[in-house]
Amino acid sequence: MADSITLRVTRYQPEVDDEPRAQDFDVPLRENWVVLDGLNYIKDRLDGTLSYRWSCRMGICGSCGMMVDGEPALTCATFLVDHAPGPIRVEPLANFPVVRDLVVDIGDFLEKLPRVSPWIVRDDDIPVDEGESLQTPEELADYKQYSMCINCMLCYSACPVYGLDPDFIGPAAIALAQRYNLDSRDDGAAKRLDVLIHPDGVWGCTFVGECTTACPKDVDPAGAIQRYKLTAAMETIKSYVSPGGGP
Amino acid sequence: MPNREVEPFAWMAFSAGGVAAAMFAPILLFLFGLALPLGWVSPDHAGLLDALGHPLTRLALLGVCAAALFHFAHRFRYTLYDGLQLARFGTVITAGCYGLAVLGSAAAAYILLLVL
Repeated sequence: MADSITLRVTRYQPEVDDEPRAQDFDVPLRENWVVLDGLNYIKDRLDGTLSYRWSCRMGICGSCGMMVDGEPALTCATFLVDHAPGPIRVEPLANFPVVRDLVVDIGDFLEKLPRVSPWIVRDDDIPVDEGESLQTPEELADYKQYSMCINCMLCYSACPVYGLDPDFIGPAAIALAQRYNLDSRDDGAAKRLDVLIHPDGVWGCTFVGECTTACPKDVDPAGAIQRYKLTAAMETIKSYVSPGGGP
Repeated sequence: MPNREVEPFAWMAFSAGGVAAAMFAPILLFLFGLALPLGWVSPDHAGLLDALGHPLTRLALLGVCAAALFHFAHRFRYTLYDGLQLARFGTVITAGCYGLAVLGSAAAAYILLLVL
């Protein structure tokens, strides 16, 4: 195995650069090093001006997502040896505006996420002195997969529909809506329906499936969206057959 | 941009067509692409006509044809919209794709219900 590997990192410093450019750095090639270790090595030893987001280093915080050799990936879970002999292209997440180097503007996602009320919505509050809201293992299994989302936005980066139409609410937001819709303690499905049945909601998805391929937590956003399309279609039909119809 | 009123129905036809095609296309391909040409089964022309004579057979075949055509229309529409980035011609593409599905279904209905 070679001693080092080249990271071809996209640099963009708006006060200096007119457009993004690539810069090569040689970093040690160690068997247990991930791309994020390489970036940290650059930051610590080679060029302290490199900007990128990271926090937990263990696939939980969802902040170190970047394009690695053209694919959206968590850099803390992408081993250098898997991309040897390199050079490894490290670029900012696709489909998002770049702020600086590998840092993207996630404002669009943060604006969209609360639209689907990704929290437990209750018609009535349960008094604290009544204790926990218990669920059976089956009730937990209904939504557990979707609760694994870490908001890393790799699915937005992978989604060609979001790339073409930034108004599309996107895979993670819909999967998180399903996470709460399918929770036995939640009463917010009707509220979320108004958002998701909108043309920019589930109907924007054309089932390319790249979101599920990119997801590092096996959430399967594409599956969540297709399941919700059936719900939305049924609600549309119901609204036509019930008095005062119209979705 | 998908139409809020129509899109759920277009998607349901797409979905039904996908299921129908996935279930029946392999059977039909096996029968008419392999089993018959290789002589594994040997129904004569009269036998096949007999099977087609039953109204349920005709309706089922019509259902498979129409659903699969609408599946094609929906998928091809988005292939043109997004794949070739022709969304600016949305109205023409939509009319063309679903129009083809309607024409194909009408042709299938004509053959299955009136000619045979």
